[in-house]
Amino acid sequence: MSDTEPPVSRRDLLTLIGTLAGSAVMYQAMASLGFAADSPHKGPLKLDGDPRGASVLILGAGLAGLTAALELRKAGYKVQVLEYADRIGGRCWSLRGGDRYTELGGAEQRCDFDKDLYLNPGPWRIPYHHYALLDYCHRLGVALEPFVQVNYNAWLHGQRAFGGQKQRLRHVLSDFHGHVAELLGKAVSQDKLDDMVSREDKEILLEALRRWGALNQNFTYRASLRTSDRRGYARDPGGGLSAEPEVSQPVGLGDLLKSGLWRYLATGNLYEFHTTLLQPVGGMDMIAKAFARAVGDDVIQLNAKVTSIRQDDGQVTVRYRDSRTGDNPRTASAQWCICTIPLSILSQMEINVGAAMADAISAVPYGSAIKIGLQFKRRFWEQDDAIYGGISYTDLPIGLIGYPNHGYGDRGKAVVLGAYVFDAPFAYEFTALPPAERVRKAVEWGAQIHPQYRDEFDSGMAVAWHRVPGTLGCYGQWSDAARKIHYQNLCQIDGRIALAGEHASYLPAWQEGAVLSAIDTVTRLHQRVMASR
Amino acid sequence: MPRVVPPVSSALLALVLASDAMAQPSDGTFASNQRFLPKDGEVLFRSICQGCHMPEGQGATGAGKYPALARNEKLEASGYPVFVVLNGLRGMPPFGPYLDDEQVAAVVNYVRSHLGNDYQDKVSPDDVKAVR
Ligand SMILES: Cc1cc2nc3c(=O)[nH]c(=O)nc-3n(C[C@H](O)[C@H](O)[C@H](O)COP(=O)(O)OP(=O)(O)OC[C@H]3O[C@@H](n4cnc5c(N)ncnc54)[C@H](O)[C@@H]3O)c2cc1C
Ligand code: HEC
Repeated sequence: MSDTEPPVSRRDLLTLIGTLAGSAVMYQAMASLGFAADSPHKGPLKLDGDPRGASVLILGAGLAGLTAALELRKAGYKVQVLEYADRIGGRCWSLRGGDRYTELGGAEQRCDFDKDLYLNPGPWRIPYHHYALLDYCHRLGVALEPFVQVNYNAWLHGQRAFGGQKQRLRHVLSDFHGHVAELLGKAVSQDKLDDMVSREDKEILLEALRRWGALNQNFTYRASLRTSDRRGYARDPGGGLSAEPEVSQPVGLGDLLKSGLWRYLATGNLYEFHTTLLQPVGGMDMIAKAFARAVGDDVIQLNAKVTSIRQDDGQVTVRYRDSRTGDNPRTASAQWCICTIPLSILSQMEINVGAAMADAISAVPYGSAIKIGLQFKRRFWEQDDAIYGGISYTDLPIGLIGYPNHGYGDRGKAVVLGAYVFDAPFAYEFTALPPAERVRKAVEWGAQIHPQYRDEFDSGMAVAWHRVPGTLGCYGQWSDAARKIHYQNLCQIDGRIALAGEHASYLPAWQEGAVLSAIDTVTRLHQRVMASR
Repeated sequence: MPRVVPPVSSALLALVLASDAMAQPSDGTFASNQRFLPKDGEVLFRSICQGCHMPEGQGATGAGKYPALARNEKLEASGYPVFVVLNGLRGMPPFGPYLDDEQVAAVVNYVRSHLGNDYQDKVSPDDVKAVR
């Protein structure tokens, strides 16, 4: 609104780039405006040819197992799925009021969330470029809504930043950009960068910095309507007699630098966190449920704990027992087997594959993660702070606070993600506490950011992934070195056995990895079956 | 999902990035997300190992298992737990990057002399260094 820049049309800009730097750059610039996105996903899978009743045993009913089951069944295979847990979905999971969850070690939690409220203890966000997963969502009728990653009005909090006073993201972001633009502008106009920037580029760069950083005509970042248009006002523009806006005061560069809060600024710039992210309406497990409907419940056997996998010339035989009682040992066989059991578990199991695959199965430690859902009596973050969805970040052991991205304005209770940390010490230290204690601490720490926690807290659920009985960890934590040696071997078809899952992908801890891995494995297995005719 | 951020080298930068111990318990837990800070073997067991191996070191079984550390004869050779804590074992992540030699020695000595184990010989930080 107070931006009085003469507009530069996109064509002008392209002409400018073209004149100055030649047509190759111009082509690149155009290409980056929206064509040629390259994804490994090439649209719905087509498995041509009749497998003539060939049978496949699928181990695990997470998204990898469900994808494999859906595609193979569609292609005419006889399919049977064995799943350890008493529900389908694996890590694709939501907790709702009335659910009970028992972690390893025996601690049971009962979820007291109100109707329609939930926690996604595992996956919660889907990048727009996870084409395969989204394609299945669309085809299986899973309704999606925006997941807010970056909320400019959410808080950044550091225990030593600004004396522990939380800051709005829009303030830190605008001021950081502004100060950096001013500094760089000074260096440029004082000819300090002459050996790095040509004379023509210098002028363009100065103009770009002025616009990017909201600098004034003197190339300084000073409180003004222009800077308030970025960071927000001390008093917002209004109507009638009290209409005139009051500009806000930027924070100084030194304070910003020493605060360390700049560390959070690039989060939304990561490809996997670019707007738009999505979430299923009603909880992540809507995806698993839609898959299960499409696969057909009749082929999925729950409460079946696989204990060994053996192949010979003609078939694969799997031993399993009732996972609740440990009794009732049985076997199942098929001509082929796709195993999606996480490597944390598979590495402890008897399976006769070659040394290369066996070594690969043992080469991947499992990362740690903790998520704590907190139900509050009211949406004080919306009502008191005008935070609608998105994430506040902190260096407290809770890591972040994730606000619900749905139900805005509702007057009832609501569930916040009160802690989410992974891989580093805080995640392990939370895991080592009893569930009630994890919740208590999340409330205590979160109250440093939202003092309303103390009065409004209602109930909580804490999921530590190393205690989840069907996973024993959050995700396969490949090191670069291990990947180099073992990844190819993990993904080969070994005789009649092939693996799939998040761990057999270059997308660790993403559902897209599980789905793409299953598509790849199924495709190669089908080729082998057809070739063996 | 998670990305590894390279460690910072300058002391000043480390100070800016470190979290403070303001709200944290006095035993040194929850004080840093870069490294575990407790020095005491029992505190290290309580805040790390028991997350998977359980409070009495009894282990747990689901679709897979955490082996018991309690009354575990494989702990007799002290080099074995030192190696496992530093480098991990199959699903168990390596803790070498988060613990110094003194801490590894302390937690291994605790585990080998408690939880129904009674191995009297002690591991020294130098023993740990040799395995790193
Ligand atoms: C905390 C957390 C946050 C995440 N965030 C996101 C996110 O925001 N977005 C995203 O897309 N992804 C996210 N992910 C990753 C995503 O959840 C996984 O990549 C994906 O769900 C893995 O699917 P999968 O089929 O490979 O494995 P799983 O879903 O684990 O399926 C494996 C199945 O095998 C079963 N099983 C295990 N042992 C046996 C046995 N012995 N016998 C029979 N069955 C057995 C298990 O019960 C399970 O159902 C997150 C994960 C976690 C834990
Ligand atoms: C994140 C979970 C986790 C944590 C935390 C953990 N471990 Fe383990 N540990 C495992 C798993 C899983 C195994 C079994 C690996 C296998 O054999 O498949 C294991 C195995 C071991 C073994 C080998 C036992 C045997 O009988 O061979 C030792 C020793 C051990 N851990 C010690 C420790 C100590 C000491 C700590 C604390 C510093 C610790 N672990 C923390 C998961 C963990």
